[in-house]
Amino acid sequence: MDSQIKGVSTGTTILAVTFNGGVIIGSDSRASIGGYYVSSKTINKLIQVHDRIFCCIAGSLADAQVVTKAAKFQISFHSIQMESPPLVKAAASVLKELCYNNKEELQAGFITAGWDRKKGPQVYTVALGGMLLSQPFTIGGSGSTYIYGYADAKYKPDMSKEECLQFATNALALAMGRDNVSGGVAHLVVITEEGVEHVVIPGDKLPKFHDE
Amino acid sequence: MAAYMSASRLEHAFSTNDFVPEWAQEEVSTGTTIMAVEFNGGVVIGADSRTTTGAYIANRVTDKLTPIHDHIFCCRSGSAADTQAVADAVTYQLGFHSIELDEPPLVETAANLFKQMCYRYREELMAGIIVAGWDKRKGGQVYTVPMGGMIVRQPVSVGGSGSSYIYGFMDSNYKPGMTKEECLHFCTQALALAMERDGSSGGVARLAAITEEGLERRVVLGNQLPKFSNA
Repeated sequence: MDSQIKGVSTGTTILAVTFNGGVIIGSDSRASIGGYYVSSKTINKLIQVHDRIFCCIAGSLADAQVVTKAAKFQISFHSIQMESPPLVKAAASVLKELCYNNKEELQAGFITAGWDRKKGPQVYTVALGGMLLSQPFTIGGSGSTYIYGYADAKYKPDMSKEECLQFATNALALAMGRDNVSGGVAHLVVITEEGVEHVVIPGDKLPKFHDE
Repeated sequence: MAAYMSASRLEHAFSTNDFVPEWAQEEVSTGTTIMAVEFNGGVVIGADSRTTTGAYIANRVTDKLTPIHDHIFCCRSGSAADTQAVADAVTYQLGFHSIELDEPPLVETAANLFKQMCYRYREELMAGIIVAGWDKRKGGQVYTVPMGGMIVRQPVSVGGSGSSYIYGFMDSNYKPGMTKEECLHFCTQALALAMERDGSSGGVARLAAITEEGLERRVVLGNQLPKFSNA
């Protein structure tokens, strides 16, 4: 569990959701040590690994930084060799290989989301032991437990961009409201064929629910 | 928080006892999803129906909604033995108190009896209880007594291992001032979502509405539960 990670961990909430024409990847911004001390209130957990591919990290921050750095290098090298933008699946596969081959030492999970010409918007999960799974949407991190019910109830395939932004914002706000190791601001990145748009919602502008 | 209690206290990955089957080595737990909602005029309570001993489902049609008095119920989560014992003791105490008073007992009284017992024996017990009911003084009330023995009144409360998954749904979908039918619908959806995600919750959804008039019980069978998955 995230709470047993030594050192700085992203006890966190991360998610990625496909919509009609693109994908939104989002996270909170808190990094903590042992769940007692918030070591950063404004960390960015959305790492750009290529022009239209982002990944977000959960688990040990050190492991995640090292793995994403290695993956970023391998993906750009692959893209140069192929002379075309990489497939989202390729990027996810690179992360999976790193996680699976080093599963004893690593304690980090990833969500990869992006857009490519072949399959359009996609979301992939790479779990702790190195499993790779493609899903229409996925949630992860310690805060995700609290929003499984909400996400199951509210997700619809083929949403519009605005509906999807609302869904992702609400889901993050709800998780941050219940999970003590998730918090800060909500980072959202909207990835479409046209480009990449970064939305940051500060804590006081997040949606409020009945008891707040 | 009651949510963190589902796994049995006796976690043996590889047990050395070959004489007793694995499913008989774990204690019986109502790893579960329970909830209660106040509305104007009463309360709605709900629970799943699964009782497990490790990976074996000992009872797939359990009734976790236990009457404590005519208009007061409790929803039980945690160790089945502990919660049954505590509920029996409180039922006795409350019945006696009500006879002495010559009046129906208050929900707050019942909840505090649970709290006293759960707090005093907090080291020995594994019990997360939600007490809900109706009385003449304050109408519909929900009190949660999680493990450790705290008591707090809440308009809506969820408990058990499956509750973690529906905090987000509860926060976003609960609105003050719902009617009885809206509360029943809200509970059915929340229980269905939790039962879908939590391995220790499942079976049928049992619901009850408690008002001044009395008690109305409902059962929503597995195939009639709302479906949320895209599969």
